[in-house]
Amino acid sequence: MAGHAETFGFSGGPEGDGSRVMTYVAAISEALREEMRRDPSVLVMGEDIGNDFGGAFKVTKGFAAEFGPLRVLNTPLAELGFTGVASGMALMGLRPVVEMQFADFISSAFDSIVQYAATTHYRWGAAVPMVIRAPSDGGLRSGPFHSQNPEAWFVHTPGLKVVAPATPADAKGLLTAAIRDDNPVIYFESKPLYRNLKGYVPEGEHVVPIGKAHLARSGKNLSIVTYGAELHQALAAAERLADEGIECDVLDLRSLKPLDEEAVLATARKTGKVLVVHAANRLAGVGAEVAAMIADRAFEWLDAPVRRLGGLDTPVPFSPPLEDAYRPDAAKIAAMARELARY
Amino acid sequence: MTETSLTDRERLEVYTWMRLTRAFDERMVALWKQGRGVGGTFSQRGHEAISVGAGWALAPDDVVAPMHRDLGTFLVRGITPLRAFASLMGRATGVTGGRDINFHGMGDLSLGIIGFISHLPHSVPVALGAAMSFRYRGEKRAVLSFTGDGASGSGLFHETLNMAALWDAPYVLLVENNQYAYSTPVHEHTKVTDLARRADGYGIPGVSVDGNDVEAVHAAVKMALDRAREGGGPTLIEARTMRMMGHAIHDGAEYVPPAQLAEWAARDPLQLFEERLVATGVSRDDLEGIGRRCEAEVEEAVVWAEGSPWPDPATVTDGVYAP
Repeated sequence: MAGHAETFGFSGGPEGDGSRVMTYVAAISEALREEMRRDPSVLVMGEDIGNDFGGAFKVTKGFAAEFGPLRVLNTPLAELGFTGVASGMALMGLRPVVEMQFADFISSAFDSIVQYAATTHYRWGAAVPMVIRAPSDGGLRSGPFHSQNPEAWFVHTPGLKVVAPATPADAKGLLTAAIRDDNPVIYFESKPLYRNLKGYVPEGEHVVPIGKAHLARSGKNLSIVTYGAELHQALAAAERLADEGIECDVLDLRSLKPLDEEAVLATARKTGKVLVVHAANRLAGVGAEVAAMIADRAFEWLDAPVRRLGGLDTPVPFSPPLEDAYRPDAAKIAAMARELARY
Repeated sequence: MTETSLTDRERLEVYTWMRLTRAFDERMVALWKQGRGVGGTFSQRGHEAISVGAGWALAPDDVVAPMHRDLGTFLVRGITPLRAFASLMGRATGVTGGRDINFHGMGDLSLGIIGFISHLPHSVPVALGAAMSFRYRGEKRAVLSFTGDGASGSGLFHETLNMAALWDAPYVLLVENNQYAYSTPVHEHTKVTDLARRADGYGIPGVSVDGNDVEAVHAAVKMALDRAREGGGPTLIEARTMRMMGHAIHDGAEYVPPAQLAEWAARDPLQLFEERLVATGVSRDDLEGIGRRCEAEVEEAVVWAEGSPWPDPATVTDGVYAP
């Protein structure tokens, strides 16, 4: 597949013999393991990560044996408490990486994140270098409480950074960057990509800077701005649209806070037509901010209104026909893009 | 009288910190009633034995997470009255440079102080995190975390004590039971008003102490911190006192029965300690001399704070992120 490296968010490196092709979830594990080996202040904590279990998604499988129980800290079901504990560790110079078992449970830790961790540096100048890994997103028939995309809450919170990698290479590079960042970073990893997506991942140190989007596909007719698993739906849609003579820019935001304003405005000014896509429900989602940014700073370049496609404004439903109706996919993206192209 | 581990000299130092806390508080309350304060603030009256006694029990390398009635701890730990008044006045020279209100956010890691937020239960797990960092690095240091009877009803109180016990953390949680959470008396927000008993549920020691007896507070906190540093795990300490004024400066506390206030006023922590010091041979003149020096120090702080510059509005977005 010719566009492999570009499609998967990594360009400029050799793919070699394929030994560095790995799943998205393996890339997360690799980043964690390498950072823990590099820096003794990095630790992981969360539910069911201790002993040999390795967490609900096995991201930390084998970690307890290598790093011991204090660096692979198994926690009770107490998201609010253990996220507060992570803040205290971070204040004292450790770099905890908190695993939410599911992103849906991050609301249980909300105060510890948005009230304590996010405000501390502004209030009294103490850095809180911590990462919260949040396994998010749906399409897996997992129901209202194992399918959510709650990134907008955190994008709205001053003091946090928010990232959402869409490729194995970015999964490694953004997690590495998040761990090395001196601020609280919420890292939304995409469950539907965990074992369904493989890609080339650079060996050894690989850092993707927070705040930089990636142009995953280049085209002149319209722009699709997206992130997370929806990137792959957008790329599939763009492939179909190309057959119909509609060439798309597909911009993978990668970081949601800070947003790469320059990249968003560049694609809007290039094509004049923008469709923003995310799996999170649409109202007051990240897409609203992207659309506002374009309206504000690229209005004169626009040839059509900025369109948004998101999840429906409902809880995430369970049953396949309902979840499919809820969720943006390549066909819905293509349909809305065609309409936009004709505008 | 309580058994004390304090020398005569230390007792006078402790008394001085209590007098300074009281002098600061009285001046602060007067200023705020004159409209010279900025925003709201919280009287410390009645809490001096706890905040000073517990603060004095800390070793230099320990870390503490005080709350809004713990001025004595902030002072003992090294936040000067100058910086504290400047904080209260919202000045650039305050601990938070005008970013956080009154005692909130008065954190300074160089002094081993973790700042608190208005959601009081939230210092409790954060302080546990600091304690776990000591376990992580194998350091013989402990953390003292303050909270109140009100916050003891929160889920975080339970979550944190459960984890602290589970992990044998070098952690001491001191609950200042001052009888009221804003307007609600303890018996109206919990069935078990003997808060130290809750320790049983976590398999850790629970101690109840007279929060108006500075030496009792000091002894209980010191024992718990020493034990924690030596790997003995956490302790829950309930220090019983009375909030002698309203919740905050605006609150007249009409809901507090006068008889209850009178009963506690007769056991004022400063007077109790003074009587004890006089009984052991300290002259009242010496104590009053200490009081005058504290009042002068406070006055100097007020003048300095009121003369300090306001923060520059051009800096309002600075510091949201660590560089």
